[in-house]
Amino acid sequence: MSADSASSGDALVRIRGLRTRLGAKVIFDGVDLDIPRGRVTAIMGPSGTGKTTLLRHITGQLAPDAGEIVVDGRNLRQLDRQGLFDLRERIGYLFQNSALLTDFSVFENVAFPLRQHARLPEELIRNIVLPKLQAVGLRGAADLMPAELSGGMARRVALARAIVRDPMLLIYDEPFVGLDPIALNQVLKLIRVLNETLGLTSIVVAHELSAIRRVADDIHLIAAGKIAAHGSPDELVRGETDWTRQFFGGEADGPVPFHYPARDYAADLGFAKGAA
Amino acid sequence: MNDKPARNSMIGDGLAQVGAMGLFLLQVLAAIPRSLRHFAQTVRQIFFVGAMSLVIIMTCGLFIGLVLGLQLYEVLSRFGSTASVGTVVAIALYRELGPVVTALLFAGRAGTSITAEIGLMRATDQLAAMEMMAVDPLAYVVAPRFLAGIIAMPLLASIFNALAIFGSHLVAVTWLGLDNGTFWSNMTGAVDVWTDVMNGVWKSAVFGAVVTLVATYQGYSTAPTSEGVAYATTRTVVYSSILTLAIDFLMTAFLM
Amino acid sequence: MTQRRSHQIGTGLFIVLGFAALGYLATQTTSLANYRQGPTYALKARFTNVGQLKLRAPVKIAGVRIGSVSDIQLEPDRLEALVTLAIDKRFNQLPDDSAAAVFTSGLLGDQYVALKPGGSPDLFKDGDEIILTQSSMQLEELIGKYLVGSGDSPAKKPEQAPSPNPEPETR
Repeated sequence: MSADSASSGDALVRIRGLRTRLGAKVIFDGVDLDIPRGRVTAIMGPSGTGKTTLLRHITGQLAPDAGEIVVDGRNLRQLDRQGLFDLRERIGYLFQNSALLTDFSVFENVAFPLRQHARLPEELIRNIVLPKLQAVGLRGAADLMPAELSGGMARRVALARAIVRDPMLLIYDEPFVGLDPIALNQVLKLIRVLNETLGLTSIVVAHELSAIRRVADDIHLIAAGKIAAHGSPDELVRGETDWTRQFFGGEADGPVPFHYPARDYAADLGFAKGAA
Repeated sequence: MNDKPARNSMIGDGLAQVGAMGLFLLQVLAAIPRSLRHFAQTVRQIFFVGAMSLVIIMTCGLFIGLVLGLQLYEVLSRFGSTASVGTVVAIALYRELGPVVTALLFAGRAGTSITAEIGLMRATDQLAAMEMMAVDPLAYVVAPRFLAGIIAMPLLASIFNALAIFGSHLVAVTWLGLDNGTFWSNMTGAVDVWTDVMNGVWKSAVFGAVVTLVATYQGYSTAPTSEGVAYATTRTVVYSSILTLAIDFLMTAFLM
Repeated sequence: MTQRRSHQIGTGLFIVLGFAALGYLATQTTSLANYRQGPTYALKARFTNVGQLKLRAPVKIAGVRIGSVSDIQLEPDRLEALVTLAIDKRFNQLPDDSAAAVFTSGLLGDQYVALKPGGSPDLFKDGDEIILTQSSMQLEELIGKYLVGSGDSPAKKPEQAPSPNPEPETR
């Protein structure tokens, strides 16, 4: 609590009163959230609570129905497309499924953001791209095509691409899904190392508690359209609320129903009571 | 009983599709100036939609020409005017068959691959990734394909026409013994550069725009699943064929 | 890089091929092909009726094209059509008693000017007039003459003339 209030004055991302509904489903119902600079903030929650939607709000890919999102002092609502693009140039985003461009080699994928935004000499591009690939351990794979990579390798290439322009904010959308333990360790180490050496701010969306505990400084737990809990990993795991107990303890019963809302089970099976 | 609402929603869906595609067209047109920065992409797409369609276009052109030569020779000989085989073949090709058949083949060959490609880029978040890298997918992905369609289609139609003329010449002159000079002099006497050849060129440029617009729109707005891409590919062929023929009628009726 | 290069070469080839095809179609299969002629000299001919003769219609001798119609005007005083023919300089050996006629290629084809060479030792020069001319045969006139002139059963003929169907039976 105290850490949170101390850092809120220096928040890189500040969200106030966020409300979103997709179709008939209410995703967010008044979310307030601060992402402090220079730290790794994890956003956790059960599947389908809109963690990815939250990231899309922060990057301006999706406008919320109500509420205010301020990134690095700029209110997204007031930015036009060009302003949004200028902002995004300083954000690295690691997609859940890597989203490498299939037409380009690994090297060209990492070089893509550089080539698109400046006309740099080829030598300089190599000098920027190869260290990033080295950092994710894939310098030797520079000439491979994305189709030749395993899922973990593709994710590391995507990570290299996300940091190639030295962003201020790095967003990881489900970075641990489908990684084997070795790759998982690598990615965890990378997140920590990048955050410390490049001095950037990281947002990690995931639901693997064991992994998150090793990288996150703060955790925000989203459930039922609100921030259900937040604090350091240790605070949350100690589990003061029903939410944290259920989520971190993995219990089926609790505030988050395991069963999708349904009719009465007996009625569904045909044991209608009192019906003709 | 369900007929009426179903039909209403079908009409509504159709209108919504047309409206969405119109808006998409405006967005693409607005993105064209920005896409000139990525002109290498346009060149690349001309290769993929144009050069890669050459084989099917040339083969079909040759066969259409052979058939036209045979049919017209047979029919025109009933009126004793086989001399006009060349003329009729050329006019039919330049004004109608060349642009239309090329557009239909193009929809099947290049349109589907554009839809599938962009649809997969949508499904694998590549378009979102571009957005996140501050690269406008409309300018980088869609507009180059649109331009490539407009540039490639008239060239494809011309190649198609040339092969078809060759085919009909082969049948009428080489096989059926029509006089070579008669074939050409009748053609050159009756075919006009502007009203016949260039009209076909404008038409096919418009068809190129129509087919690539439908294809890119369907890919761009596809549901990001494998079924979504499959349906979008089918819709590309259906919609672009219908639109091509409808616009062909309108252009013929009002512009010629 | 090499892949990009091969794409560029392929694209270049495709564009060259496309424009070559378009250029070929536009210049060799259209009336533009008829402009492609060397130096010509002019001959004039008067016809009482030129029918559907059009500008740039071919001028032929023995079925071979030697030039084209370059001008068609009505002479106000004689009320006859004055047709100017542009004849290829290569064919400058035409006897000056050659005859000109407006013919139709095939039954429904385009009309052209046919020259029938005479036997005079003197040759046409630039600007000369062809004296012996034969006007266009009008299909309507021919049919009219046929109906009125051929006597015995005028009512029966129109049935037979337009439809070729009864012919196999009479054979």
